[in-house]
Formats: sequence, C-alpha cells, structure tokens
Amino acid sequence: MTAGTYDCIVVGTGIVGAACAASFAKDGIRVALIDCLGAGLLATAAGMGHIVVMDDSPAQFLLTRYSQKLWLSLADNLPPTAEFRNCGTLWVAADNEERSEIERKHALYKDHDVPTRILSRSELAVLEPELRPELEGALLVQSDAVLYAPIAAQCLTQAAVAKGAHIFDGEVISIGQGTVTLRDGRIIQSQRIVNAAGERSPELTPGIPVKKRKGHLAITDRYPGFLNHQIVELGYLKSAHSVSLDSVAFNVQPRLTGQVLIGSSRQFDTTSEVDHAILGRMLARAVEYMPGLASCSIIRTWTGHRAATPDKLPLIGPWPGDETIFLATGHEGLGITTSLGTAELLSAYFNGHTTEIPIEPYLPARLGEVVHA
Amino acid sequence: MNKRMDLDCDVLVVGAGPAGIAACVAAAESGARVILIDDNPLPGGQIWRAAIGDPANPKSQNNEAASWLRRLQASGATQFLSTRVVARLGAKLVLAENESSSIEIAFRHAILATGARELLLPFPGWTLPNVFAPGGLQALVKSGLPVQGKRVVIAGTGPLLLAVAAFLKSKGARIEGIYDQAAWRQIIPFAITLIKRPALLVSALAYRASLLTSPLRYGWWPVSATGEDAVRSVTLTNGKRTKTIACDMFACGFHLIPNTELQSAFGCRLVDGNALVDELQRTSVNEAFSVGESAGVGGLDLALVEGQIAGFTAAGKDSNARPLFRKRRALRKISAAMDRTFEPRPELRNLVQEDTIVCRCEDVPWVSLRRYHSMRHARIYTRCGMGPCQGRVCGAALNFLTGWETGATRPPIYPVRLSTLIREPQISPKEKP
Amino acid sequence: MPNLVKMTIDGAEVNVQAGATVAAAILITRSGFRRSVQGELRGPVCGMGICFECRATVDGQPQLRTCQRLCENGMVVNTDE
Repeated sequence: MTAGTYDCIVVGTGIVGAACAASFAKDGIRVALIDCLGAGLLATAAGMGHIVVMDDSPAQFLLTRYSQKLWLSLADNLPPTAEFRNCGTLWVAADNEERSEIERKHALYKDHDVPTRILSRSELAVLEPELRPELEGALLVQSDAVLYAPIAAQCLTQAAVAKGAHIFDGEVISIGQGTVTLRDGRIIQSQRIVNAAGERSPELTPGIPVKKRKGHLAITDRYPGFLNHQIVELGYLKSAHSVSLDSVAFNVQPRLTGQVLIGSSRQFDTTSEVDHAILGRMLARAVEYMPGLASCSIIRTWTGHRAATPDKLPLIGPWPGDETIFLATGHEGLGITTSLGTAELLSAYFNGHTTEIPIEPYLPARLGEVVHA
Repeated sequence: MNKRMDLDCDVLVVGAGPAGIAACVAAAESGARVILIDDNPLPGGQIWRAAIGDPANPKSQNNEAASWLRRLQASGATQFLSTRVVARLGAKLVLAENESSSIEIAFRHAILATGARELLLPFPGWTLPNVFAPGGLQALVKSGLPVQGKRVVIAGTGPLLLAVAAFLKSKGARIEGIYDQAAWRQIIPFAITLIKRPALLVSALAYRASLLTSPLRYGWWPVSATGEDAVRSVTLTNGKRTKTIACDMFACGFHLIPNTELQSAFGCRLVDGNALVDELQRTSVNEAFSVGESAGVGGLDLALVEGQIAGFTAAGKDSNARPLFRKRRALRKISAAMDRTFEPRPELRNLVQEDTIVCRCEDVPWVSLRRYHSMRHARIYTRCGMGPCQGRVCGAALNFLTGWETGATRPPIYPVRLSTLIREPQISPKEKP
Repeated sequence: MPNLVKMTIDGAEVNVQAGATVAAAILITRSGFRRSVQGELRGPVCGMGICFECRATVDGQPQLRTCQRLCENGMVVNTDE
C-alpha cells in the first residue's frame, strides 16, 4: 500500500465508523474502512437503537438535535429491516420535581425548534395505558425515533462502498504515525486515521480517556400494543450523570415486532457476563413504571459496553498525541444518535468547510494534558 | 403473584428422565438431601412418559420404569415438577421458576440430566401444521391427541422412528411407511451389535413385527411436504427414485442432539456438542455432573447407569459408582455405534430451498442466511435465533447445514417471567426441603 | 371411567380427558392454531417445550407453551385462529 492512496483510514465499523466512512465517501474523501468483525456487532448491536435529543449540556443538545435531523432525512433510504420508527420519546415525571423539569425542557426545546408537547396524567394514560396511573405527566418529543442499529451500520458501510470507499477485512494491531497495521501483515497508510473503535479505542490509541461502561438490556416475547413510544424516566439523567456509581433507570422501547426492549443500567465493569443483581434492579425499576411487565416473558438478556468519557461528551477531532490520528469515539449512550452528526462534523473538518454546529466542545484537546505512549 | 422460595440441598438434579431419576434415587438412597427439578408435569422424561388414560401401574408402563418411579417416590427427594431452571446465579446457586414461584436453589453438587431433543432439519413444507418431530408426536398422543385412523408417514433417522411407529400403531394410526435415511450397509452392522444386548434386539424386532403391514425403507429421505393448512402429502427420495405419499400427519426427525444449554451456563466444557465428563460423570466444572443424553446420546440403559454413577458420587459414595463402570463401557460402545449408524447424510444439506424457513420463530428463510459466515452474523443481521426458542431449533439445523457453532449461552436459559429475574431481598424465613 | 375436564377453546366449550395437555386438547379439533410472525399457520412440533410453536393464550396469559400445560376445569384458551 502506498501513502496517498487514501485520504483517510477509518478504523471500526460500529455505527460511528460506518457513518464516518459514508459521510467521507459522499464528500469525496477517499476512504479505507477497516472491518474486523462485521458492521455494527459490538456496542452498536448491544444498544437500544434510540435516536434521541438529550440536553444534559448545550453541546450535547446541539449534537443530538443536529444528528437527529440527519437521521430523519436518511430514514426513507433505510430498508425495512432497519426497522426505523419515528415513535417519539416520552420523558415521564414521577413527582413534582420531575414535573418542573418537564416544563424546563419544554421551554428549552421550544427555543431550539424541537417540537415537544407536555402531556397531563390523563393524556399520558391514554397514550400509554400500561404505565402506572400515578405519574405526574410526560414530555413527548415526537421527532425522536428508534431503529435496529446493526442493519443501519450495515447500510452505512454499503453506502460508503457505493461512493468509492474500500473495505479491508482484518484485525488492526496498531495505528499511528500515518500507518495502520493489520494482523495479517498488511499495512495501510494515510495522513488521517480515524479511531472509531468505540469501547476498544484506547487499546489502539493509549491515553484516550474512554472507559467501558457496561449496560444491560432485556427483551420480551411479542406483546403487540403493549407499548407505543420509547419511554424514559427523567431520573435517567441522574443515572447517566452519576460517574462512579452503579445505577439503573427506567427506559423501554417498542420494537416493530411487538417485543419490549427494557433497559437501562450503568456500571464500570469490563466483564461481559450478565450481572443478575443489577439486572434484577433494572427490571424492578421497569415494573415500578409499568406493572404489566412483571408477567411478560423475557426471552433474552445481554450486556454491552459504552465508551464513556469524563465529561459525557464524545471525542471528535484531532488527537493531540499524534497528528495523524483523529478520534470519533466516546459516545457513551448516544452513539447511535450522534453517529451521523459526528461523521458530518469530521468530514467538514477534513474538507476545511464550516461545520454546521461548532466542533470545539467535542475536540479531544479540551480535556487538557493527555498522557500518551 | 410471584412467590419466592430459597432452598438448599446437597444434590440438585435437573431433569427427571431416566438419568435424572437414577441419579436422584442413588443420591437420596445414599443419604443426600436431594431436590429434583423437571419442566414436565410428571417425572419420566420423554421415554417413560405415561400415556393418559393408562393406569399408573406396571401393566401399561414397563416394569423397569415402574420400579424406578416407585423408588423415586420412596427416596425422599423433593420434586419440583413443571419447574424450569432458568439461570445460574453463582457457582452453587441456580434460579428456577414454575407457574406460581421463583425459586433460588443452593446446592453442593448439581447433576445435569437435561436429556436430548430431536434434530429437525428444514425442507420445503417442514413448517406445515401436522408435521411433527416423531418423539413430539408420541408425546402429544400420550398427552391426549387422538390418532385413530390417521394416516401417518414417519421419516428422518434413528431408533425413535420404529419405536414411535409401533406406539402410534398401537393407538390406531395407519402407518403408511417408515423411511430412515440411514443406508442398509450402516444398519446391518448396527443390528449385529444389538446381539450383545438381546433386550434391545428383541424390542427392535417386536417393533418390526408389529409394523409388518407398513413399508420400512432404509436409504430414503424427505424432499418436501405439501398441503394448504396442514400437510396432505410427503415426497421422499432415495437419490434415484422419488415417491409421494398421501398422509394426515408426517413425523420427521433426525435422531437426537443433547440439550447442553444448562451445561454451557455452568461453564462446562463441551466436546462435539456433548458435555465432557470424567469417569465419575463430573464435568470440567467441579460442582456439576452431566448424565444421560446430555452427556452423549446413548439410550435408556446408559442413562440409568450414568445417573447412578453421578448420584452415588455426588452423595460421597463413589465406591458404589465404580462397579458400574464396566456396564457403562459396554453401553457406550453401542451408543457410539448408534451415532455412527444414524448420522444424517450429506444430501440432507441440499433439501432446503431459498424460500424455506430456517428460523421458525422469526420466519427467516435460507436465502437470507446463506450469505453469512457465522451464527453470530446471521443472528445480528437477520434475527435468526433471537426468538423464544433461543436458537434451539434453527441453531441445530444451521450447525448441520453450515457447520456454524452456536456460541455461548446467555441467561435466561429458557424464556422466563420477568418477575422471576427480580431478586428482591428475602422477607420470609428460609425454607428447607 | 375417565375424568373429564371442561374448558373453553376459542369460545367453544370442550370436554377433554383429565391429564391431557392444552396442546393436545386444541389439536383434537384442528391442526395449526398459531400464526408465525409472517402469518403462516403453525402447530406444535416437538411436544416438549422446545420449539415454541404451540403457544397460545391461557387464562389471559399470552405466549404460553401449551404442550407443557395440563388442562384444568374452567380454563379459557385463546389461539391465533
């Protein structure tokens, strides 16, 4: 392989890597995409596939909203197997404090042209009869959606190839100094290497401030009509907030099949085994909000690892430790949502165009001194 | 709604087929506190399943079964029937559930006697109603399905075909034919090995004698089943000729494969799909034994011997186990011969058409699967294996069609009521069996 | 004289022998009683709780494996048909 053949090498074919390859190729960047497993088989396959606007910080809000709009315009080009469904999210309030939080969100989202509707307790009961009746109401974010992420990742890699990207099947053993080395000895060179390896990104680029944050999910048998929207408790933000504690939060999603996908949990645990203790807590939390879930049949449980950063924002842009390495990682629980936005930001950055939203909040350099090999 | 129980015992036996019953009896009679779990309403597994309406005495079941069941009832073991182990919570702790309760059971030793299931291979029409697994049809008839006057074709492979045919005939079915894909040149050596086990030979001949009016053919296999709302006819071939036979029911299965999901959950090493065991039936995991069909498909006598070996050993009486080694050796030779005889032939890999459903739970056709190179890829991209059977049916079929391994099991081992997985702190006092 | 159990299957009252499973009881009057995810008619296959093709709603609880459930007096069974 000669230097200069590729403008960019993307390492990782999760949803973020796939999205990057697709955007780069679309924008005329010559891309080599390194695929060791198949598209979307790690965190991408383990997660909920929820496309959601979140306002934990202004930067997060901007990136999720930007990305969500990109998903909505991509939706028609996704095959039925991607199960894209613009079902909306219901943020439910369990007490008065959370009810005020709903008002705050409603106003904030309105200021940013994200249409939302506040639902009273009785309206909520009509929309989601399986929710326990004592809730204080909810915020409906209709532009949120769900999809089956591995198929979306597969589509994005196919789109990349259709626009000229080359896929290399192989395991990456090292990246750096403009060189990607595969286990079979092949070497690919480029002045730009995008580390989109998610939970594995620090293995390839030591020093990346990404830690594995384990999550659990469970899925039921088919119960069509049980659930209509993705429903998340407002306390979810407390769970995602907490940096060190094990936590669970009520978070359920209706699949097109009629199955109910139940999450979520967070732990700093690098093992893959199902932890029955936290799984039980997560399911107990779900039953608190939807008592009917107790008698549903759970047919599978599994775990996955999110790539978590210290400030809950992803790492997008040049890596200070090596001028040929760029990061597209650290997306924690928002990888599916912000994959498209991440890709567009990086693509514009590479092409020297103005980015749609400022890239500064996500630049890896923001985290200060970086200890690297 | 969901009662919660915490139990403990010396020996937990999972599965109340012959192997599990033998293990339970051996352990309990040796003084161990035993808990026996089975997901059927009555003990006996598949082979000793009593037909309803038959009086529960030795006249309808054979003497051997009745004797073991009597010993089981007298053994003092605590039985949980219609109960299923759904997860392993710790090295010596499992979670089980039944209709009314979730149960956590602590044990010193676990004897996994999880039996076997029939290998079902896809072919056009295999998903039609009234296409059964042979053992499945037998179980349904024993549970009240009438077959009087029904025309039944039986195909696939294995000793079950003859046994099921004879049973169905005794219930009034018209056996239109029995077609085993094993070739004559494989059957004859196997039949010769049976001479060392006269009892087996006699029962095989008895089956044959009772079925003299039905054609029994070796070297024939199914090509397709046709019908609208249910199967109406079956087409079979021997590679040269084909024949189509009208029928009301088609029982088709390709011998047995061990149920090893629980062994997997325990972390037991599996070799060629069987739990690897030492001479005392211990798996690679200290606390767990594996016996019966789940340690290698071998038939009734072997299951009884293995069960006893494990039961004695788990109860600390392995001196009683060792005298059984010789018998086990001999029986294992027969079971190995059986496996060789009834191995499905390569032609069976070509029955499946593009639009033939392979994953029944999720309706995934062959054309969607064959482009992938592993079960993991197939699962993630097509949902194959993500349904409630957890890949038991399609995984086994795909393993035969493609060689794909099914990969590690994640809990729950069976679909489980959500409330069972919620492990609230104990409020009521510990219950002991 | 065998005991009989009275139950309702898809609105019709039936009497079955005590000790029969729900799957067998349903199969007395028909073959397939479940619809696959694509709408294909299916019936029980394995008879032992593995294949999940025998699922029906029993006393209001959906997705139950009927081949491992004994018939009881007053039981109400609803299938996909």
